Amino acid sequence: MDDIHRLIVEQIPHLRRYSGALLRDREKADDLVQDCLTRAMDRLHLWTPGTNMRAWLFTILHNLHVNAARRLSRQPGQVGLDETHEDLRSAPPEQGAGLALRDMDRALGKLPDDQRQVILLIGLEDLSYADAADVLDVPIGTVMSRLNRGREKLREIMENEDTPTIRRVK
Amino acid sequence: MTGIDDITRDHLHTFADGRLAPSEQTRVEAWLSEHPDDAAAVHAYRLQNTRLHEEFDPVLDENVPPGMAALVTGRSRRSSTPSGPWMRLAASVLLLLTGGLGGWLLHGQSALFPQASTSAFVNQAMGAHRVFVAEVRHPVEVPATQEAHLVAWLSKRLGTKLRAPDLLDAGYSLVGGRLLAEGARPAAQFMYEKKDGKRLTVYVRGLQDTKDTSFRFASKAGVSAFYWVEEAFAYALIAPVDRARLITIANKVYRDLERP
Repeated sequence: MDDIHRLIVEQIPHLRRYSGALLRDREKADDLVQDCLTRAMDRLHLWTPGTNMRAWLFTILHNLHVNAARRLSRQPGQVGLDETHEDLRSAPPEQGAGLALRDMDRALGKLPDDQRQVILLIGLEDLSYADAADVLDVPIGTVMSRLNRGREKLREIMENEDTPTIRRVK
Repeated sequence: MTGIDDITRDHLHTFADGRLAPSEQTRVEAWLSEHPDDAAAVHAYRLQNTRLHEEFDPVLDENVPPGMAALVTGRSRRSSTPSGPWMRLAASVLLLLTGGLGGWLLHGQSALFPQASTSAFVNQAMGAHRVFVAEVRHPVEVPATQEAHLVAWLSKRLGTKLRAPDLLDAGYSLVGGRLLAEGARPAAQFMYEKKDGKRLTVYVRGLQDTKDTSFRFASKAGVSAFYWVEEAFAYALIAPVDRARLITIANKVYRDLERP
């Protein structure tokens, strides 16, 4: 196997992890990774040796995901890509332990796509803030504000789920 | 880089992610010791990262589906062949049906075909055929009534997009399918049945580093098999019929897959 191919194959588990967490459906996630690899191979000549292969692949995957989501959003009854602007900051609760395993998946499902992407690229895939900005094609300031909004919303979801229902009735 | 009064939300996230420069780190720590709300936020962000890893890291330990890796490593063949294993089957069958060359390949003398591993493969496939077509009560693991689930499940386990071909025109209806193990590798078997009780199976499994394409025939004790290897997968079509009849069924498979 060539070095370049090895670099790509090494990233497959990471692409699958990200894609699975993003789409919350293993089959769809693997379809997205397949599409990403196919496109990467078609565009291999565009990759600059010495640059970050991981960020390059995530960029391709992100673009495919956005295009697919855009197509979906044109169908009635589907949620689009628009950011939600709700103010989700609630009264600061106790330091809750938060939710159990696998509930993270459900909590992520409640976030807008753009916030989920940032949280996963940074918190799960450990991309630098600058690389995340490149992948998403937005300024780094946008990355940070999405990260903040997403994490605060996630925090609220986690702490609510950790709290018995009865306490939410105020 | 002055006092601690200019700590921003960005600092909190950068700190929680462990990406702050050491000098900044001390500054943020001092701030957090006096601002419990921010300390709680940092705690929550770190917990989120931990939970993300707990929940999603297991996929890193899974084997990469062979079909996925083949997209990268087996590239050179892919560009010129139809995508998807069944479409490649269709291409193979077409080649077979176009006459002379197919007839030559059917003699089983093709030099294109990788040797030992493939005869082992067809033996496995025919063995699985014999074992499971004889089953009266449990011929399949997942019945045809759950075809979508069956196909999705086997596709996932084999790491390629499978389809259960529609062989109704040839008189065979899908009974269902099962996951099998060949050594440590997963294999899939789809089973079909005719009104007269004759059963046909389609057997698929991933291979390592086998990229040759060919089409071969084998026959043993009244059971015939067409089998071939394509990129990272080996396929067999097996039924208790003669070669001419099996070609007709292969043709049905081809026509079925030709439809959009």
